[in-house]
Amino acid sequence: MMRRKFFRKATTVLVSTGLLAGMWKKARAKTPEGYDPSLHYYGMGIQIDKCIGCGSCVEACKSENNVPREPFFFRTWVERYIIRKDGEAAVQNIDERLAGSRDVINEKEIMRSFFVPKLCNQCDNPPCVQVCPVGATFMTEDGVILVDSERCIGCRYCIQACPFGARYIHPETMTADKCTFCYHRLTREMLPACVEVCPTQARIFGDVRSKASPLARFKRMNKLHVLKPSLNTEPKVSYSELDGEVR
Amino acid sequence: MKSKPPWIPDALWRLIVAFAIIIGAVIVVRMLIPPAMKDSAIHYASTVERETIKPVRYAGSSICADCHEEFELKKKGYHQNLSCETCHGPSVMHTEDPGAVKPEAPRKREFCAHCHIYDPSRPTGFPQINPAIHNPLKPCISCHNPHDPKPPNVPEECRACHEEIARTKAVSPHVMLTCTTCHTVPRGHKTSPRAVNATIPAGREFCGGCHSDDSKVKDAPKIDLKTHNEKYVCWQCHYPHMPELD
Repeated sequence: MMRRKFFRKATTVLVSTGLLAGMWKKARAKTPEGYDPSLHYYGMGIQIDKCIGCGSCVEACKSENNVPREPFFFRTWVERYIIRKDGEAAVQNIDERLAGSRDVINEKEIMRSFFVPKLCNQCDNPPCVQVCPVGATFMTEDGVILVDSERCIGCRYCIQACPFGARYIHPETMTADKCTFCYHRLTREMLPACVEVCPTQARIFGDVRSKASPLARFKRMNKLHVLKPSLNTEPKVSYSELDGEVR
Repeated sequence: MKSKPPWIPDALWRLIVAFAIIIGAVIVVRMLIPPAMKDSAIHYASTVERETIKPVRYAGSSICADCHEEFELKKKGYHQNLSCETCHGPSVMHTEDPGAVKPEAPRKREFCAHCHIYDPSRPTGFPQINPAIHNPLKPCISCHNPHDPKPPNVPEECRACHEEIARTKAVSPHVMLTCTTCHTVPRGHKTSPRAVNATIPAGREFCGGCHSDDSKVKDAPKIDLKTHNEKYVCWQCHYPHMPELD
């Protein structure tokens, strides 16, 4: 009897390990054809004074990347800053494409006001990658931070670590999710969806190492700033005309 | 060690157990642990691959030009830098089967308002309207072609284009002044507003015409032009369409 039991158990173990190994073999990747990640290193420029706060980018991002429609899941979002005449700064998230959020402002109290589009800064020195206990998040060769949703255990350390609030837990997979610069579009040589639809070209996308490109021109012609430079995360998203009140 | 058969010597049994453990460990490492967990290169590659096979929903505007003539019209107008899908929505399905799937074509006022409703946070100069007073309830597209948007008629009054200034002025002490009191408007400004500009007053003396001590205009608040911040022109501190009273 002992022997029979042993054989039965051994067979199940062997078969299941075989199956597992087979599954993993199937998931092994080749790099996408015709695309060489070593030739790219992506970054984005954002012109604050061009953003009209229309929310097209937020809408496009949600459509392109299956981001839940609820107003607290964003891969990219737009903040409205209002600096009042008494110096107090208020920040609002522009959701539902400006509906409703307009009435609360008393225009007479505004000293200055503007919109700030935000997204994952794709830091060169990313705190989210450092803290991940299972190594589920990493930087690709072309400079984009990705999350492996199959390895992520949903512990939220990265959400805590990100100084820009760029990550959230996707309610379906219960794993961390964030902006990927629309990586699936980049490998097809397309622009990220937010850049594609921005009506005023407030967002400029390109290769940070390129010598002649819209991004190179943006970097040459503007006084640039990044968010929270004191944290040394070295963001690859840079802003022009960034107000000192922006956090 | 009850299960040890009596005919195996103790030393041999220990050897067998040791080998079994080693073989077990090898099996676990080689077969049970997926390779992606042992080699981060494989792990990264599989993640990248999963990311790259995600479907695209926005086709990109260059492909639209292959079929659509509107593209030529749009190229010359104020909407020239807009991507088609900014208004028409994600259209990759339409590019794959143009007959079966039609992209959305928004016709409601609310849609244009996403960009063109007045909002104090928007950059100055961006064309905005107050939907409550700008032809209420009329669809935008009945006057403006979204592929080449411009005012339907040559504007009769300044406020047709300078609505925001007109509304500000309407509640300011300057409400009784016509625009031409301070601005000279050349004929061409109405037909090509960006090429021909209206003039603005040249200097302090112009405002002084009403506001200096020696002016004959009764109601205007008076200052001494010689001592009142003589380094500056008036509109560096006072916005003429809404001059502060205090």
